[in-house]
Amino acid sequence: MFYREAGDFKTSYVDDSQTFPIRVDRYGYYALLAVAFGVLPFLVNDYWVNAVLLPFLIYAIAAIGLNILVGYCGQVSLGTGGFMAVGAYACYKLMTGFPEINIFFHVILSGGITAAVCVLFGLPSLRIKGFYLAVATLAAQFFLVWLFNRVGWFYNYSASGQINAPERTVFGIAVTGAQNPPWAAYLFCLVFTVGCALIARNLTRGMAGRKWMAIRDMDIAAEIIGVNPLKAKLTAFAVSGFFVGIAGALFFSVYLGAIEVGEAFGINKSFLVLFMVIIGGLGSIFGSFAGAAFLVLLPVFLKNVLVGGLGWPTDLAAHLEFMIVGALILIFLIAEPHGLAQLWRVTKEKLRLWPFPH
Amino acid sequence: MPDSVIFGMEVFLNGLMAGVLYALVALGFVLIYKASGIFNYAQGVLALFAALTLVGIMEGQVPFGHLINAVFGTNLHHFGWEVPALLAIALTALVMVGLAWVVNRLVFHHLVGQDPIILFMATIGLAYFLEGFGDVTWGADIRKLDVGLPQGLNPWIDEVTYNLFGYGFFIDNLDLVATVVAAILVVALVAFAQYSKHGRAMRAVADDHQAALSVGISLNFIWVMVWSLAGFVALVAGIMWGTKMGVQFSLSLIALKALPVLMLGGFTSIPGAIVGGLIIGVGEKMFEFAIGPLVGGATENWFAYMLALVFLVFRPQGLFGEKIIERV
Repeated sequence: MFYREAGDFKTSYVDDSQTFPIRVDRYGYYALLAVAFGVLPFLVNDYWVNAVLLPFLIYAIAAIGLNILVGYCGQVSLGTGGFMAVGAYACYKLMTGFPEINIFFHVILSGGITAAVCVLFGLPSLRIKGFYLAVATLAAQFFLVWLFNRVGWFYNYSASGQINAPERTVFGIAVTGAQNPPWAAYLFCLVFTVGCALIARNLTRGMAGRKWMAIRDMDIAAEIIGVNPLKAKLTAFAVSGFFVGIAGALFFSVYLGAIEVGEAFGINKSFLVLFMVIIGGLGSIFGSFAGAAFLVLLPVFLKNVLVGGLGWPTDLAAHLEFMIVGALILIFLIAEPHGLAQLWRVTKEKLRLWPFPH
Repeated sequence: MPDSVIFGMEVFLNGLMAGVLYALVALGFVLIYKASGIFNYAQGVLALFAALTLVGIMEGQVPFGHLINAVFGTNLHHFGWEVPALLAIALTALVMVGLAWVVNRLVFHHLVGQDPIILFMATIGLAYFLEGFGDVTWGADIRKLDVGLPQGLNPWIDEVTYNLFGYGFFIDNLDLVATVVAAILVVALVAFAQYSKHGRAMRAVADDHQAALSVGISLNFIWVMVWSLAGFVALVAGIMWGTKMGVQFSLSLIALKALPVLMLGGFTSIPGAIVGGLIIGVGEKMFEFAIGPLVGGATENWFAYMLALVFLVFRPQGLFGEKIIERV
């Protein structure tokens, strides 16, 4: 069986704009979902979930969010860490304030709250463009982290200034707190990741996505053809904030369980997510997953090889990791500015023609 | 005069001094941005790297000592000599020029014609790389840097103000030195850009790459020169900041302090960097002094950004930036 459709017989726009026009892709996607939902929960142990799967799923959501803003709408944001912190603290306040409501809704609500904050900080984007905007979003980053650090109400006046996730259950099984079984945490995050990816994919190929891309390509021209820049930019900020907020809420409640805001959501987190988007591919949902997987796996891999395999000291390995991540970003930008997603696209195009390329 | 006014004046003066130090970092940004349109996030890390190299050379440390030790199981750390400060500074300047060449050759040479945002991200990658590289080369410990600059309370100012107000102002000698150095640097840079052959070529490149190429200006040479200049400014900033707070990782974060300065002053203006630096320096010190205690302190982290953000809403190109004209 060759990797291609048997001729071009599309008779409707629905056929034409489907996500997986090739049958192998479609079945592969279903199979992947089936494995992720049906098989992996039985196989995973604590190490795999906490070191690889949870960070991957959560960063994938954050990367999708940032990709919508940077990759689709062209508004560079360096405030992702701060917005994730909004999600985390919103989730914490909701969890402690309304313990009777299911955690599932708390996470979604935190996404909504983050979206509102994100829109607020997105307002200047109507006046400020390019680098000026990128630097302006740093204001959000520093201000929000400072706010959560200093104002006691946000961390319920706890003595340490940390916030800790209380135990919450879904269908009677704990997904947060210290006693949650790894598979439950994994499944909980997986549901959100798949949901977010579906929403994002469908938003970006619809009218909203086309408006964002028009703004990205040239905002003045977009305005002339009838795209309202106010609406387009702010919806991008809102949708992006929603996803990033969900990622922040999950990062705090399910993954870490206890955080100190400066450490967990500092400027480095903003850059990490931005790198995922760049390495994965600007303007691609698949790229967000690829980038998240790459940057989650790389440190695990390096640590296992350098510290575990060669027995080098941990701090040296950490510095080398910095070098390697930096060098990889440079190599990617030089060799393929559109990231892993573009490599995947090129591979698929080649595969379609194989073995008769002429 | 009431005490709070006198304290306020002292804070104001210290803010001015801090502003000069911010401006020193911001200068490096402006240089590269003007000449190549690259917004160089790595400027702070360049300063850290320069300071690390300077300390390493002065102490006669073995470069890559940790790595060599880890690979070969040896125990190298120092050559056992010490290099005098001036010679070490000269050597470090050479290293920075070499670095400028390598960065240009290996990275930005290949990125000509890419979107500005891609270039910006490349400099973030470069910042990460240099940060790791600096640590691998020289180790990550906090080191003291002492090139013989005067430090501590300036007795003359203390005495004069004591006689005037009955309260001696605390002004650090190092800050005064930094102010003088920054002034010399700015005058030298402006003179270089205005009157020298290469300076004119640099401005031509900044104006229009292709037009500059067509009259026979070598883009490669200009870019290497600009990155070397930025490296040199980074070295000066690294010496000042390194003497002030020790050579350590957090030195690279001064880049984050310089960003709002740039926004305020405009990315393309050398005087803008100075004025912006002074405004930010004074603004954040005064805000911390007046409002900080009411809201829990440590407002310095974000005040500069908020100020710049609010300011930009009214004037999107900054104080002295070129007016942005957009056409379809």
